[in-house]
Amino acid sequence: MSALDLAKKLRGEFGELLSEPSVFRDEVTLTLADPERIGEVCGLAKKELGFDFLLDITSIDNYGEDPRWTIVYELYGLGHKCHLRLKTGVSEEKSELPTVTGVWRTAEWHEREIYDMMGVRFRGHPDLRRIIMWEGYPYFPLRKDFPLAGKSSEVPGVAFTSPAPIEGGPFVSLPGGKDAIEREPRVRTPEN
Amino acid sequence: MQQTTAIGYDSRLETDVVCTRLDTALNWFRQHSLWPMPMGLACCAIELMGTGASRFDISRFGMEVMRFSPRQSDVMIVAGTVTYKMATVVKRLYDQMAEPKWVIAMGACASTGGMYRSYSVLQGVDNIIPVDFYVAGCPPRPEALLDALMKLQKKVLREPLIATLKKPGPALPAGGRGYLKSEIKLKSSQ
Repeated sequence: MSALDLAKKLRGEFGELLSEPSVFRDEVTLTLADPERIGEVCGLAKKELGFDFLLDITSIDNYGEDPRWTIVYELYGLGHKCHLRLKTGVSEEKSELPTVTGVWRTAEWHEREIYDMMGVRFRGHPDLRRIIMWEGYPYFPLRKDFPLAGKSSEVPGVAFTSPAPIEGGPFVSLPGGKDAIEREPRVRTPEN
Repeated sequence: MQQTTAIGYDSRLETDVVCTRLDTALNWFRQHSLWPMPMGLACCAIELMGTGASRFDISRFGMEVMRFSPRQSDVMIVAGTVTYKMATVVKRLYDQMAEPKWVIAMGACASTGGMYRSYSVLQGVDNIIPVDFYVAGCPPRPEALLDALMKLQKKVLREPLIATLKKPGPALPAGGRGYLKSEIKLKSSQ
């Protein structure tokens, strides 16, 4: 059974809640309309369809769009060796969705990382603390509105941060540029 | 009235007498037994291990005794990227080292933050502890590290040891279990 068949089977269980599976370079993606039901979908994918291995959970910041957050679940079955991607959008006002730690224990650290870097909370998580930055760090550094150089902060006795000198950067190159001058790394803001 | 003192030594056993100052003699001992504290934080630590291995052989300079306890080491080799999360730990380990102590910032990251102009990386370990030598490279070759250590030996030899020992004042800078930003920022205040 291929990943596409499995995706169609999963869609058959939930109907309109899941989108039509989209295939790009042999990778199958399903989009879940309601993030509140992610636990249910993942539970069925594991129990009935043999997706026993959660490869990763990642998050995307669609800054300026609604919903702002996209949470991406990478599912894999060690039995049938098929890979399936689940995506779901979460609005900025809510910034919360149910945990899938009840389905795969490994989700615990993935969800902690997303909470640490993006500030999206997972309801029902057994231990939702920061995992990379320290407790008390006030920002979520992977958000698009957080500057690359960082911001000043201090947790007395634990750690401090200061903005890094980047001399007007970050300098970004355009890979599709016609000549070397266009491809050169330059300051690229929405204005220029 | 002239006094003469007879210095008795057996010229057959002790053929030469070296006269020197106490400073120089003590510094000479120190110079050849610099025990490094390997503060390996990133890929520079791999080069540091290479320096300690047989091809480059750091023990030629009496520095092969890598001590993983700050109490027993003389020179801290900061090899790698110092993140803000690690910065307070590096500072505490430095404070735990007994005087005299020296610091080598190995590689671009430890010296300046290197390519990490980022929210999470301390922009040079000299923001928190005084650095004696900076080694360029990403990572530096073992020869470059050995060069820095030999330069450090020369520096140790020049130090006014007795005068420093006689100088009053606390041996260690102030600081408790944790550090405040104001305490930790040496570069801006000095």
